[in-house]
Amino acid sequence: MSEVFIFATLNGLVTGLLLFMLASGLTLIFSMMGVLNFAHASFYMLGAYFAYTISGVIGFWGGLLFAPLIVGAIGAIVERYGLRRVHASGHVAELVFTFGLAFLIEELVQFFWGRDTKNYQSPEIFDFALFSLFGQEFSAYRGFMIFIAIAIFAGLYVVLTRSRVGIIIQAAISHPNTVANLGHNVPFIFMCVFGTGTALAGIAGVIAGPVLTTFPGMATVLGSIVFIIVVIGGLGSLPGALIASLLVGLLQSYAIASDVGMPELLTLLGISFDRNHPLNDLWTLNLPQIAPVLPYLLLVLVLIFKPTGLMGNREE
Amino acid sequence: MKKHLLLWAAFAATLIILPSIFDSVLGISILNQMTIWIIFALSYNMLLGQGGMLSFGHAVYFGLGGFMSVHALNLIADEIFVFSITLIPLIGGAVGLLAAIFIGSFSTRKAGTVFAMISLGIGELIVASSLIFVDFFGGEAGVSGDRTYGPPFFGVEFLQDSEVYYLGAFWLFVATLLMYLFTQTPAGRMANAVRDNPERAEFIGYSTRRVRFISFCAAGLFAGVAGGLFAINYEFITEENLNALTSGRVLLMAYIGGLGFFIGPIIGAIILTLMNSLLSNYTELWMLYLGIMFLFTVIFLPRGFAGFIMMHRLAWQNGRLKLLALPYCLTAIPAAAFVTALVGLIELSHAGDEGLHFFGIALSSNSIVSWLLLFALAAASAFGVKLTRARLATAWQAANGASN
Repeated sequence: MSEVFIFATLNGLVTGLLLFMLASGLTLIFSMMGVLNFAHASFYMLGAYFAYTISGVIGFWGGLLFAPLIVGAIGAIVERYGLRRVHASGHVAELVFTFGLAFLIEELVQFFWGRDTKNYQSPEIFDFALFSLFGQEFSAYRGFMIFIAIAIFAGLYVVLTRSRVGIIIQAAISHPNTVANLGHNVPFIFMCVFGTGTALAGIAGVIAGPVLTTFPGMATVLGSIVFIIVVIGGLGSLPGALIASLLVGLLQSYAIASDVGMPELLTLLGISFDRNHPLNDLWTLNLPQIAPVLPYLLLVLVLIFKPTGLMGNREE
Repeated sequence: MKKHLLLWAAFAATLIILPSIFDSVLGISILNQMTIWIIFALSYNMLLGQGGMLSFGHAVYFGLGGFMSVHALNLIADEIFVFSITLIPLIGGAVGLLAAIFIGSFSTRKAGTVFAMISLGIGELIVASSLIFVDFFGGEAGVSGDRTYGPPFFGVEFLQDSEVYYLGAFWLFVATLLMYLFTQTPAGRMANAVRDNPERAEFIGYSTRRVRFISFCAAGLFAGVAGGLFAINYEFITEENLNALTSGRVLLMAYIGGLGFFIGPIIGAIILTLMNSLLSNYTELWMLYLGIMFLFTVIFLPRGFAGFIMMHRLAWQNGRLKLLALPYCLTAIPAAAFVTALVGLIELSHAGDEGLHFFGIALSSNSIVSWLLLFALAAASAFGVKLTRARLATAWQAANGASN
């Protein structure tokens, strides 16, 4: 039992930190522009695809370096020539724009790379077990993912709170006009932050591509979950995003690893049931089955009882 | 008032005449799809266009209505409940309404991002549970029924698609009329007020939540009606009809057509249905074009196609629309050539070794001449657009300027 628990925790941690890499960029963009970027996971997918192509030429580390730069540049262009124009039409139009962008990027990926799954592999130097516990091995690559995610969080935190650039960004978020009066180019700052946020998503794509498989649907798989995390954590709150990411990652991981469900509960309560009843599906429900639903359930509950999210303080 | 009656009569006449004009099998099938999607897009517009609620899960009500309708068809076939299938859309509508009452009771508290997120969450929740509750949703395969078992409706047994069309057209007319009348009621007017300025609406004593809730329920009802028609037309329904794909599709329809106008979603539904059924015959890349068109609309025509048409209202009232005709044509020709060249380039880079027959010209992706030809056309037509644009702008100002 305890080995199941420990491995579920480790897997949940890896998933949660991966989700956080996406959620951190999304939160950054939201707190700056007040718009949820629906296409964020699409930039993550672009990161994985660019890394796949680049790694075929100059290896994994080249991909890790250049793919996020390319994705960030694309993000900056999207902000400059797309989002900034739409901004005038209001928040709904911006949300709809990013929604359309997600749709378009998925089509473009299929156009350039095809519909099949790409054989994007993790580098060979990680082909060993970091440690083994109860006869199960924990691969070094997963350890590397954890390391990168923590490094990103630490780096972001230090830059945003300790550096001059971070202070200007924070000021531009809360008082854009004052910052502009002080002689800073606020639209340029916004463009850079958008580019950085999408580049972070790109990094997540580069290192998640080998583990979660690189295929055109990978954005859809993670997209709405990341979205949900940002809302659960509280819009615009970086610590909230970290907590919510880990919460969702662990919740799903435990639910999948567990083997309890309605049959066990009903037996415990001493209720027996008829297998041919129309509601049979409900009575045989178990936790691994409803694991994919849990984040959405959590979202709906959080939004009903605390619309600001766990750590957030603004509603819109 | 008289003008309105005339308009509705013309609408009804168009619905009756259409199948005689497009009488091929494909034509009727497209018309059938249009009846469904127009109702669905109009119901979506009640939320987003009139109520200011951006929903990413509107397909839930469409899908639930559709699933219940297919089950109703099966009940008729098994002779458990026997009634005419012409009433199936009412069942879909009732289910859509019930679902909307339940979900709306907690999701309409706020508009904006919170509402959008709840709708997304609920949508994903229902989709995920549709794969769990296999008895009702039929799992991945979906459920199917047969519309021909019910008692004949004045001798009509709905064996043929054209018979289904008239049933769909009838419900389309009724639903459109009701949705239009809803916009004229105080509830419909208040929905606009809450969309534009919720604080002020609260201040003069209206509960914004209640107003949103009413719009939300009405939208769920008509989405369910569309789902019922879907069930009758296709005789089967799967999980895909309530997932994010369908929700996104109806958002695209309403947005491309134009949110602020009652007729907008109708235009959008027609355009998207045509693209879906005609364009997909010519190219497998039609979704790519749809995506490009959608982003183009959001950036340059924020009020959609209907908004574009309405932009000419002032010129029309000034009686100067004819000033615009020639400049429009002059710009449209190079613009069309530019789009053609771009499409050619996209298709050519996707064509592979077989090459491509583009407007009767054989192009090969291996020959540099084909590429140069398309690039030259694109560059020349872009230059043409640039040349003629100034003239269009001047004409636009002249047509819209104050009359003197």
